Amino acid sequence: MSDIRLSKIRKDYGIFTAVADVDLHVVNGEFLTILGPSGSGKTTLLALIAGLSGPTGGQMHIGSQDVTYTPPQGRNIGLVFQSYALFPHMTVAENVAFPLEVRKWSRSKKDEAVGRVLQMMQLGALSSRKPSQLSGGQQQRVALARAIVFQPNILLLDEPLGALDKKLREELQVELKQLQRRLGITTLLVTHDQEEALSMGDRVMILNEGKVQQIATPEIAYLQPANRFVAEFLGTANIVSVSDGSSRKGILRPERLLLRTSAGTNKGVATVVSDLVYLGQTVRYYLSAADGTSFIAVRPFVGPKFALGSAVNVSWTEEDVWPID
Amino acid sequence: MATVSHTQTYRRKSWGAVFFILPLLILVVIGFDIPIVTIFNYSISSADGYSLDNFYELVTTPVFAKVALNTLRITVMTTVIVAIAGYILAYWISTLPKTGRMIALALVVLPFWISVLVRTYAWIVVLGNAGIVNKTLQSLGLTAAPISFLYNDLGVTIGMANIQLPLLVLPLYAALIRVDQRHMQAAASLGASKRVIFWRVFFPQTLKAYLAGIMLVTIVSIGFYITPAILGGGRVPMMSNVIETYINTVPRWELASAIAVILLFVTLGLFAIYRRLENRTGDEL
Repeated sequence: MSDIRLSKIRKDYGIFTAVADVDLHVVNGEFLTILGPSGSGKTTLLALIAGLSGPTGGQMHIGSQDVTYTPPQGRNIGLVFQSYALFPHMTVAENVAFPLEVRKWSRSKKDEAVGRVLQMMQLGALSSRKPSQLSGGQQQRVALARAIVFQPNILLLDEPLGALDKKLREELQVELKQLQRRLGITTLLVTHDQEEALSMGDRVMILNEGKVQQIATPEIAYLQPANRFVAEFLGTANIVSVSDGSSRKGILRPERLLLRTSAGTNKGVATVVSDLVYLGQTVRYYLSAADGTSFIAVRPFVGPKFALGSAVNVSWTEEDVWPID
Repeated sequence: MATVSHTQTYRRKSWGAVFFILPLLILVVIGFDIPIVTIFNYSISSADGYSLDNFYELVTTPVFAKVALNTLRITVMTTVIVAIAGYILAYWISTLPKTGRMIALALVVLPFWISVLVRTYAWIVVLGNAGIVNKTLQSLGLTAAPISFLYNDLGVTIGMANIQLPLLVLPLYAALIRVDQRHMQAAASLGASKRVIFWRVFFPQTLKAYLAGIMLVTIVSIGFYITPAILGGGRVPMMSNVIETYINTVPRWELASAIAVILLFVTLGLFAIYRRLENRTGDEL
């Protein structure tokens, strides 16, 4: 188990900068999610930490070891690819035993470790199958088993659940989080799914165009985004004026808006429901004011509802507005 | 009712298909199947009806044993050389950047468009006593007298290996570039050295294509005619050369047919081994 320290890590491809001077400290046992749109440099950053490609600048430490130019073999990192990268010619058990074999573990120690991990990942019954005979979720488990069996210092996950359907993905998110807690292993997970990033990470790092936008706990990142990009990438954001006399703008999350029928009050902004979407537990309202500004509000499904075209007054508490820009 | 009418439509359609493939079918039967049956017929015909006398005569002729051994030796040597050189060449090409790959592949394919006869004669210019290789060796003072490359096993093997190389390199190259690079990255992150990655992760995934290519080279080598005839100068006869002798020189077509039948069965046997190998190593290999 180790912490990870990046200072001014960068990766340039000619004139294109994939990762620009990233500073990051992941503490021992932390689960950090790296979130960004495609092309934001998140996978490149992971490849740099894994040693699959070398940085063009900066320094990297894992624990007390300077690993800036250490090849992947010397880093003791467990890595799970989105495509799993299971060896197709080996059985499940052979795949999982591979990192132990190259470490020259004794037969008994190896069998014991493989058996324990397969048990833990509920793969015991599948140990003699080939990867092509497994479902996506099972392959994902094998990839994870292979990445943790040799007790790596760090676990790196590159969109590990990206290829699975929604229900299975949610199940595995919980499982993965529990596993990480139990092992206490420092973990970095790359994703482009903001819900996944917020729900799994102790902290979230948001990247855009190779630059760090914010590193914070999910709650802080969601409610107090560092800039407009973070605000909009992490969910819907209403942009309103900050009422401190300045011309600054602030963001307001849709669930913070208060809605009342216009008949009952004259407080707030008068709007009309221009569209509404039922999302099961919640309803999403699209509201337009006479001056052209629009709002998006999310209300619980239970409670007062507003029909399409009805007049609604929108109000909010000033503390819920987070100034940006 | 619906099912019946559907079946009838289907049947009518398949008769139409038979009509269209009929010309091809006739061509295959006349041009391919009938000659094979004729060869079988010749091979078991003797003065007093059908018998295995021809095969018995072949097996008991010392010359035939020598030729069979020649064929085996040349085939094995050619296959081993092509197998080693072919994998190295295909692997090297697969590591080149895009333009490099295209140029290298073009150089491998180019000789394919030149007649085997021409390529074989070209080796005489290169390997002959007054050829490029011997001239160079002598002018460098490395050898006093010319080395005889031609009219022996060495010349035949060199010539055959050269002609057969693309047969292995092309399909093997296609298999090598299909291997997912992320498997190698994963293996590296799991702690495997470059050597281990190659032998445990990369090579096994190319084994099936490799064995298929090797088998193809073996099968083609066994029946080779032109190169042993020219570069062997009659001193390294292989099975096909003996067939030619029995047809043109000795005229004993029944013996020639018997050899052809033996060659056919050896080839089928090799193919069966390949199929069994393929089944045992599984789909992924």
